Amino acid sequence: MNIFTRGFRGRKRDSSGQLPPGQYLTDDFPVLSAGPTPRISLDAWEFTVTTEQGESHRWSWAELMALPAESVTVDVHCVTRWSKLDTVWRGVSLDTLLTDIETEADFALVHSYGGYSTNLPLEDLLGGKAWVAYEYEGEELAPEHGAPARLLVPHLYFWKSAKWVRGIDLMVQDSPGFWEQLGYHDYGDPWREQRYQGD
Amino acid sequence: MDTTTTATHGASSGTRGTKGPPFLAASPSGGAAARTASASTLVLEVIGWPGHLAGQHVDVRLTAPDGYQAARSYSLAAPTDGDRIEITVQRVPDGEVSSYLADEARDGDVVEVRGPVGGWFVWKPEDSGPVLLVAGGSGVVPLMAMIRSRDGVSPAPFRLIYSVRTPQDRIYDHELRRRATQDGGLEVAFLYTRTVPDGETRSVGRITAEDLIAYGWPADVKPTCYVCGPTAFVETVSDLLVGLGHDPAMIKTERFGPSGP
Ligand SMILES: Cc1cc2nc3c(=O)[nH]c(=O)nc-3n(C[C@H](O)[C@H](O)[C@H](O)COP(=O)(O)OP(=O)(O)OC[C@H]3O[C@@H](n4cnc5c(N)ncnc54)[C@H](O)[C@@H]3O)c2cc1C
Repeated sequence: MNIFTRGFRGRKRDSSGQLPPGQYLTDDFPVLSAGPTPRISLDAWEFTVTTEQGESHRWSWAELMALPAESVTVDVHCVTRWSKLDTVWRGVSLDTLLTDIETEADFALVHSYGGYSTNLPLEDLLGGKAWVAYEYEGEELAPEHGAPARLLVPHLYFWKSAKWVRGIDLMVQDSPGFWEQLGYHDYGDPWREQRYQGD
Repeated sequence: MDTTTTATHGASSGTRGTKGPPFLAASPSGGAAARTASASTLVLEVIGWPGHLAGQHVDVRLTAPDGYQAARSYSLAAPTDGDRIEITVQRVPDGEVSSYLADEARDGDVVEVRGPVGGWFVWKPEDSGPVLLVAGGSGVVPLMAMIRSRDGVSPAPFRLIYSVRTPQDRIYDHELRRRATQDGGLEVAFLYTRTVPDGETRSVGRITAEDLIAYGWPADVKPTCYVCGPTAFVETVSDLLVGLGHDPAMIKTERFGPSGP
C-alpha cells in the first residue's frame, strides 16, 4: 500500500545509516519507566546472579567497584522511537561478572529494584555486548536513568537495559519480563524493528 | 560457562510466522474537534480498529512524498467507539509530528496508526478501587480516556489533579468542568503554573505535596495512582506520592517527553 500524508514533508533525513528503521535522532535523554524512580543506597545495594541450580553469586557496591571497568561508546535505541548516538558509559562487562559461574542456562531474566524485569538470551549478555553501567558521560548515573547501576545492552531496544538493576536469574527456559508480558517483543532487535509481539 | 548451547536463541527472535499489529490507514474526520492555545484534538477514522483500553496509546506514522516516514506515540483520549479513535496533540516548538497533526492535518488526509500499545498504564471499568489521576499539560489525555470510560459504568471514586500553565491551556476544559458537577464520584482540581483565572485562591506554582494532600487521596485509602505528563513533572509527582506514603507498586506512570508546564 502506498500511503502518503498530504502536507507532510518531515524534517531531518538520516543518510548516515546509523539509525535503525522507524527511529529518529534526539539530543535529549528521554526517560521511560512504568513507575516512580526507586532510590537505593549504596550500602544496601547488591547485585546477585542466581543460576538454574539456585546457586547465588553476590557483589556489594564496593566489590563491583573493585572489578575492572570498561568505558564504551555506543548508540542506544528506545522502542518509543528515539535514538541517541555515541553515548559514553562506564561499567563492568557481564563477561567479567559471569566468568566463574557454572551454568547450562540459555536465558536470563534481569531484575531491578522497584520490581521491573526483562528477559533476554544469555548469549546477548556475553561476548562484550553488555555491561552493568554506573557512569554516563563521565558522571554518576542520574536516579531516573537507573542509579546506582543499570544494565546496558545497546544492541537491543533500550527497555532491555534494565535501570536500577539488582540481579540476573540464569534459566534453562525463557520467561517473559515486565514489558514482554505486556505485548512488547521477546527479543527486541531495533534493526529488525522488533517492537511488539509478533514483529 | 557454556555459550555454545544457545542455538535456541533464534526461536525467540526471528522465526515467528505471524506479524505484529499492522499500521492501519487513518483519516481525520469531523474537523478539528477542539483546539486550545496549545493543543488540538483529532478524531480519526480507522477501518478495522480492534478496540482498546483507557490509557493505551497508538503509534501515528506520517509519510512524506519522498517516502520518508516519522512516527510518534499518542494516547487514546476516548473509549473504544467502533472505527473512531480520538487523540489530542500538543504543539511542541519545531516538533516534526506534533506540528503537522496539531496544525496541518485536515479531513480526508491519510496518516497511519498502529496499536493499541501499552498494557500497564491502563484502567479497566472492573477496577473498583479509588483512583488518583495527576496530569501535567497534555498528560491529561490518557486520564481523560479513563474518566470517560468510567462514566455511567463504574462507581470507582476518581480524583483528578490537573496542572496547566494558564487557564487557556486547559484541554477538555468544558467537559471536565461539566463532568466535575455531573459525574458522581469525580472530583477535579486545576493547578496553574503561570497565570491563574479570576477567583482562584491557590497562587501560581508547580505542584506540591500540599496539593496532593488537599486534592488527592490519603495513602491509607490505597488509591491506584496514574501520573502522566512531561518527564520532570512525572518524576516530581511520583516522588511526592512515595514521600506521602503511597505504595510505589500502586503508582503507574507515563512520561511523554522532556519539558512542559
Ligand atoms: C506513551 C506516550 C504517549 C504520548 N501521548 C501523547 C499525547 O497524548 N499527546 C501529546 O501531545 N504527546 C504525546 N506524547 C509525546 C509525543 O509522542 C511526541 O513526543 C511529541 O508530540 C513531540 O513529537 P514531535 O515530532 O512533534 O517533536 P520532535 O520533532 O520529536 O521534537 C522537537 C523538539 O521538541 C522536544 N520534545 C519532544 N517531545 C516533547 C514533548 N513531549 N514535550 C515537549 N518537548 C518535546 C524535543 O526534545 C525536540 O527538541 C506521548 C509520548 C509517549 C511516549
